[in-house]
Amino acid sequence: MNGRFSALACAAALGLALVSGGALAADKFIVVQSTTSTQNSGLLDELLPKYTAKSGTEVRVVAVGTGQAIKNAANCDGDVLLVHAKPAEEKFVAEGGGVKRFDLMHNDFVIIGPESDPAGVAGMTDAEAALKKIAAAKAPFASRGDESGTHQKERSLWKAAGVDVKAASGDWYRETGSGMGETINTGVGMGAYVLTDRATWSAHKNRAGYKILVEGDKDLFNQYGVILVNPAKCPNVKADLGQDFIDWLLSKEGQDAIAAFRINGEQQFFPDAQKSAS
Amino acid sequence: MHEAAALPVSRRAEAEGAVRPLEGLGLRVERAGRVLLDIPELRMSGSEITALMGFNGSGKSLLLRVLAGLVQPDAGTVLWAGRPPGRERARRLGFVFQKPVLLRRSAAANIRYALKVAGFPRAEIAGRTEAALASAGLQGLAGSPARVLSGGEQQRLAVARALALEPEVLFLDEPTASLDPGSTLAIEALVAGARGRGTKIVLVTHDAGQARRLAQEILFLQQGRLVERASAGQFFTGPQSEAARAFLEGRIHI
Amino acid sequence: MQDFGSAVWQALGLVASFDRDLLEIVLLSLRVSLTAVLAAGLVGLPLGAVLAVLRFPGSGLLVVLLNAMMGLPPVVVGLVLYLLLSHAGVLGPLNLLYTPTAMIVAQAVLVTPIIAALARQTVADIRGEYREQLQVLGVSRRTEVATLLWDARYSLLTAMVAGFGRAIAEVGAVIIVGGNINHVTRVMTTTIALETSKGNLALALGLGMILLSLTILVNAAVQGLRATAARTAYA
Repeated sequence: MNGRFSALACAAALGLALVSGGALAADKFIVVQSTTSTQNSGLLDELLPKYTAKSGTEVRVVAVGTGQAIKNAANCDGDVLLVHAKPAEEKFVAEGGGVKRFDLMHNDFVIIGPESDPAGVAGMTDAEAALKKIAAAKAPFASRGDESGTHQKERSLWKAAGVDVKAASGDWYRETGSGMGETINTGVGMGAYVLTDRATWSAHKNRAGYKILVEGDKDLFNQYGVILVNPAKCPNVKADLGQDFIDWLLSKEGQDAIAAFRINGEQQFFPDAQKSAS
Repeated sequence: MHEAAALPVSRRAEAEGAVRPLEGLGLRVERAGRVLLDIPELRMSGSEITALMGFNGSGKSLLLRVLAGLVQPDAGTVLWAGRPPGRERARRLGFVFQKPVLLRRSAAANIRYALKVAGFPRAEIAGRTEAALASAGLQGLAGSPARVLSGGEQQRLAVARALALEPEVLFLDEPTASLDPGSTLAIEALVAGARGRGTKIVLVTHDAGQARRLAQEILFLQQGRLVERASAGQFFTGPQSEAARAFLEGRIHI
Repeated sequence: MQDFGSAVWQALGLVASFDRDLLEIVLLSLRVSLTAVLAAGLVGLPLGAVLAVLRFPGSGLLVVLLNAMMGLPPVVVGLVLYLLLSHAGVLGPLNLLYTPTAMIVAQAVLVTPIIAALARQTVADIRGEYREQLQVLGVSRRTEVATLLWDARYSLLTAMVAGFGRAIAEVGAVIIVGGNINHVTRVMTTTIALETSKGNLALALGLGMILLSLTILVNAAVQGLRATAARTAYA
């Protein structure tokens, strides 16, 4: 009878060993600190297998907000940084965190909102004016509030519009402190306007009658950059493998792959690597 | 002294003869200012079965625990065969509770556990376990979980476990209080057998019949004090104290 | 809400199709959480038993701390571990960040106080029953701890299961130290978080149902074992 317990313990241990045995053993890999938009939109799911097939290097993506991605990279926790907040990226390189910043691709931001459109911004192409109207109507607006690239862009737009959102925080201005997808979910739940990158919105399933209301302003341009984490500062960085991945992204093959990515037949990211490093 | 010759050699030989008095000197236990036990001098002969009797709350179970070293008295000393139980206490005593405490293991494993803890040589444990089970008529239940045994079987196992250690002193605290007559007699036979092998036995019981069957010496307690000490014959035919008379007549005594 | 109906269908569909990615995620979840619970048990069970048996200066405070630590926020544990395991942290050279091992450590930290606190209570209960008998037999403290742990083993399974429930359901810590990397550190809960962020609410809910089923299965298995034990009076 005592044996039953021991037998079970043995079985459990054995099962555990078997499960553990299934661990991935690939040692040729790099860690990319990236933003949620590239992952949630499905872009990376399309790009990475192509690269891995060609190079044999597994690419492990940690998808977080741009702010956190840069912080993680500054802690040497990653080989490559792929984000979208140019001023912050340039600061990161200037401080020695990264080797060099390359323009990789762009898409654009859009303002989405409920069909009822309480602030009446539908069809506008001037983001500043649209935000002013939203503020004037005190219509709910859901912000990432997480120092992500999107959040940084949104703040610069509010500043340009001359609206002090800090004063309205908790009132009509709601900071979710979470990722793009979660913020859309939250916004949809409370009927709030949301500034989002187009790719995340295109891939988002929980739409609940939301539509793109404002688009086409050149201020809504969303530039992505790619940076090799500085091996001089972070000896653990796999500089060769990381640089090879960056080279591939910037090559014709990589750029074509970015351009080929479609959601509902619509191109989401526009490669623009021809420009030299900034 | 002739009794000692009949004893198993191993552990008994280390002791100083079979007849060892059990003594308590100046025993006192207080709890929250209340005196629970106050016995200036107590001696029990080594070869007899001593029964502690008294009403509930008279302090007999407490005295048993003090004598066994399970409860430290606030004052006084306990001597077994002239010396304190000391570090060897656990190896020198057996104790059987009213409600047997059996480990969540088989009957045999309960006895093996006690033997192992007491430091018996590994090679002897199996044989001693078998003998102990047989002495209690439990050989057929060796592999059964101890806690599914009947109440009577559980208490027989507890007594067999205590005796397997060949203790100098066996303390029993109302061992048959919740047993049927058949089981009670089986326990009494085990206890009487142990006395025959030279173990000093101290028994707390409410059962006058049991005391009459087993004990040669009766200690009667009342409110933590020893009010009567007599041979069994004397106690049951002519108790000296009013409290003991009341007890034996089944009267309420205040 | 039609999401619920849809979630059930998605869950059933995923299970029926024996989706390879799903299987991988489920296996990693089990591997991480079971290993974490095992490790937490190795520390927590003896710790709980020792606290039940021994009284020493500060033991009362330790019990209070232990009980309080049952409520450790996973995110805080994840963050502290991240700072330690980060290449900029003291344990950076171990290269454990973004590995299943880091997730195991995080869950073990979360679960150990739960197992220890529940073990302490369980062992204290059984000790109340055994104490005098063990005193009579003159067992040492060390043997007492071992005896109580062994005899309480079936009841202690409950503590282990409670720990497992917390571990497998936890997301805050593993998403930070694991990074939710596809095919490497993606487990059930981080997948649910990811699918939620993609607005795939039905799929996320479906995965949640699979997770719940797993937990129910583990609980049922342990319950069955305990019932057997109860029949033989070992529990």
